[in-house]
Amino acid sequence: MEKPSSGDPDLKIGGVLSQDELDALEAAFQAAPGPEAIAEPVAEVAAPPPPASAPETSAQEPQDSQSGSVSSQSLRVNVDVLENLMTLVSELVLNRNQLLQILRAHSESEFSAPLQRLNQVVSDLQEGVMKTRMQPIGAAWAKLPRIIRDLSLELGKKIDLDMRGQDTELDRQVLDLIKDPLTHMVRNSGDHGIETPAARKAAGKSETGKIVLNAFHEGGHIIIQISDDGKGLPLERIKSKIIEKNLASAEELAEMSPNQIQQFIFRAGFSTAEKVTSVSGRGVGMDVVRTNIEKIGGSIELKSKEGSGSTFTIKIPLTLAIVSALIVESAKERFAIPQLSVRELVMATSDGENRIEHIKGTPVFRLRNHLLPLVSLSTLLKIDTPAAENTLPSALAKHQYIVVVQVGTSDFGIIVDRVYDTEEIVVKPVAKILRNIELFSGNTILGDGTVIMILDPNGIARQIGEVDTDTKIDSAGREEDVLSDYGKKTSLLLFSAGDKTPKAVPLSLVARLENVDLTTIERSSGQMMVQYRGQLMPILPLDPSVSATGEGEKPVLVFSDKNNSLGLMVDEIIDIAEEHIHIQLDSGQSGVMGSAIISGKATDIIDVGYFLSKAHKGWFKDHGDEPFSSEGAKRNGAAGSNGHAKKRVLLVDDSPFFRNMLTPLLSMAGYSVVSLESALAAMKLCDKGAEFDIIISDIEMPDMDGFQFAQKVRDNSLWKDVPMVALSSHATPQDVNRGMEMGFSGYVAKFDRETLLNTLSKTLSDLHAKRHQEGGAQ
Amino acid sequence: MSEQAQMHVQQNGHDPRGMTMHGQSRDFLTIIIAEQRFGIPILQVQDVLSQQRVTRVPLAPPEVAGSLNLRGRIVTAIDVRRRLGMEPRNRDSTREMSVVVEYDNELYSLIIDKVGDVLTLQDDNFENTPGALDPAWRDISSGVYRLDGELLIILDVPKFLNTVHV
Repeated sequence: MEKPSSGDPDLKIGGVLSQDELDALEAAFQAAPGPEAIAEPVAEVAAPPPPASAPETSAQEPQDSQSGSVSSQSLRVNVDVLENLMTLVSELVLNRNQLLQILRAHSESEFSAPLQRLNQVVSDLQEGVMKTRMQPIGAAWAKLPRIIRDLSLELGKKIDLDMRGQDTELDRQVLDLIKDPLTHMVRNSGDHGIETPAARKAAGKSETGKIVLNAFHEGGHIIIQISDDGKGLPLERIKSKIIEKNLASAEELAEMSPNQIQQFIFRAGFSTAEKVTSVSGRGVGMDVVRTNIEKIGGSIELKSKEGSGSTFTIKIPLTLAIVSALIVESAKERFAIPQLSVRELVMATSDGENRIEHIKGTPVFRLRNHLLPLVSLSTLLKIDTPAAENTLPSALAKHQYIVVVQVGTSDFGIIVDRVYDTEEIVVKPVAKILRNIELFSGNTILGDGTVIMILDPNGIARQIGEVDTDTKIDSAGREEDVLSDYGKKTSLLLFSAGDKTPKAVPLSLVARLENVDLTTIERSSGQMMVQYRGQLMPILPLDPSVSATGEGEKPVLVFSDKNNSLGLMVDEIIDIAEEHIHIQLDSGQSGVMGSAIISGKATDIIDVGYFLSKAHKGWFKDHGDEPFSSEGAKRNGAAGSNGHAKKRVLLVDDSPFFRNMLTPLLSMAGYSVVSLESALAAMKLCDKGAEFDIIISDIEMPDMDGFQFAQKVRDNSLWKDVPMVALSSHATPQDVNRGMEMGFSGYVAKFDRETLLNTLSKTLSDLHAKRHQEGGAQ
Repeated sequence: MSEQAQMHVQQNGHDPRGMTMHGQSRDFLTIIIAEQRFGIPILQVQDVLSQQRVTRVPLAPPEVAGSLNLRGRIVTAIDVRRRLGMEPRNRDSTREMSVVVEYDNELYSLIIDKVGDVLTLQDDNFENTPGALDPAWRDISSGVYRLDGELLIILDVPKFLNTVHV
């Protein structure tokens, strides 16, 4: 029984064990290899020295193991020696992995027992060597009390710094990297967080503020918390700063949770300090902190309540050298994802509830009622090989794996084809040539000897823009949708009328599709019409050859705006297609805008406006007198004659009908168009920093009319130089004059599409010439 | 003299003859790319490999064929033909070879067509890179040797790899 009695703390535990267990324990001790191991109970107390230097140290260890004098037990070793040792152990781990992999293939092997032992020893060795690199976090904190003391003197605050868990050990390399961010954050807490004694008293707190630093282990990570009981993050100040910096609009902020808003402090150049002090307010703080922490594979979280303080939680890996990673496959290539950032794995099936859905072409997944944005790894890495495309759809049809990854506070899913095991990998830096690919954080050699790339979740998040705020797709994504309408596909309704050529109209223009019984068509003053929903609706044959006589039914495309409707009679509805409208041939034929290739066939794009004006003048409510527009622009060249890259046009009109009609018209004339239903929405976009070359605005709109809009835009800094063209059914000289006063540079009647295009191109070329002149004058 | 130091001399490049400070002759490993013979100073060559399993690196520059594992070290494979803007190698001809060189503490495997003999060449036959040489080749060579009936272009490894970096 003398074995466990050498002052071993185990003895205390032994007290609560039963005799049987104690015997078993003793048996285990007996079986343990070599008596030296038992004679060195210090193994758990002091970090085992690196094996290379073990002989010298072990000599005197048994005697003074309990004396607690650290100096006598420690010895200085050059860092390089340790680094080298670490590399060797890393290689050993790789080799061990390789052997184990081979072993797995041969279940009944005589090597299995020795290999298992080797496995054990290597694991211990790895752990031991890792420990040699470990330093207590207190080393990084040593300077903090002084910093806080200086700070409290300088700012006249009373601050108490409470440091807990200073003995928590972490890798030297990691320690070096977090030292500066930690110092910065503690300084921040002191400067921004803790209030002056007077303010604290007024808030009912004790005069002395408290900053608590806490470090502890949790599931293979080190958690460092920095909390203060100060005033917390000032939400309102952050909000106004966000708006000032144009990071989000006021409306978006209204939809965000306080936590989301607080995350903005991690953005570059963000500082809410009212004045720059010697310690903070320079706006280079938190984004650098976060970058540094993310660089070592860590993450930072922030919780703050205004009035009662903030807590920053930093989660960092124990070591950088060996990490556990999930091996995934995409397009027949394997990649490693650091386990630290993997939240969970989800399998999506093509049917049923776990389905990948698409919102505007972006895959998303409903994970516990939360919309998770997805990104396909093969798309991200552009590794869609033709071969993979052939095999994938069938595989896709069955199931896909989604690796849910957390970066900062935002989650996203990475779609992969297969998920393998997790493996301990040794991160090796990538070659210099490849270092600028931000999607990879390194590469490694797997157990089977293959080289694989290690994905960097932070890089991926940056790539897909899923970072900073955890923007929910459905709330804040809408504005982006409007903006991304540049070059978007248009849904087209394909039909035939008259000749064989398929014809198409933008589907968004069509209000309804009706089958009209030919016998119900009535005629009045040469105009066909039907009674439709209690009104008379004029019917026009799209092509003269479409016969409206006889029996049976014919499909009619119904267009309507407010109270007016028009039916266009066609022969047959063919299909709905999504295509980019790219007019290739202009048509001399009235009623046809031109021809484009749609679904692989030459198709006539129908000019709905032509039929509308043909059907009834009242449609456009034009007042007849349009002195400006008729002579204003005819003399000018054709649209787009100034030969520039696509000009960006903002179209503001409350009538969806006109928006839908003008948008294709403008995009066909070579503009990229963003259309909005109200001046308010436009102002919102302006706040967000969207840029346009020209603005077309309706005059009669609810809430804010065109004149008010123009005035607002002219006051506004961003768009004040953007030319504006008014679009109105009121084109009287008075209106024109008023419009000009308000800052419109052109005034066009709504129905006059040709004038609109001419005015646009003239305004833009005038502007261009003016800018050119100014440029030349300088 | 270590390889590093030699490379350094070459890197300076002003006096190609500086390479020959310690002897009258030098050894070169000859490699063949598109029928043209190149020489690599033998001391810079770490390994000669036959076809290897190479892991593609997505998003990498086109001349990077991928990464491979050479005895526990990760080696970046460079497709020399690609880098020189030549036609890709005929797939069904002989197996491709690669020559592993070290530069700036990193290993690179240069994928070439064939590996030839090791030649010991007299300094008397060395000439500076002729101006008439194909610009793509001129940029990566430190000089030429006249052999019987053909030229041996000396591949300047640092120069070659440097251009990949840009």
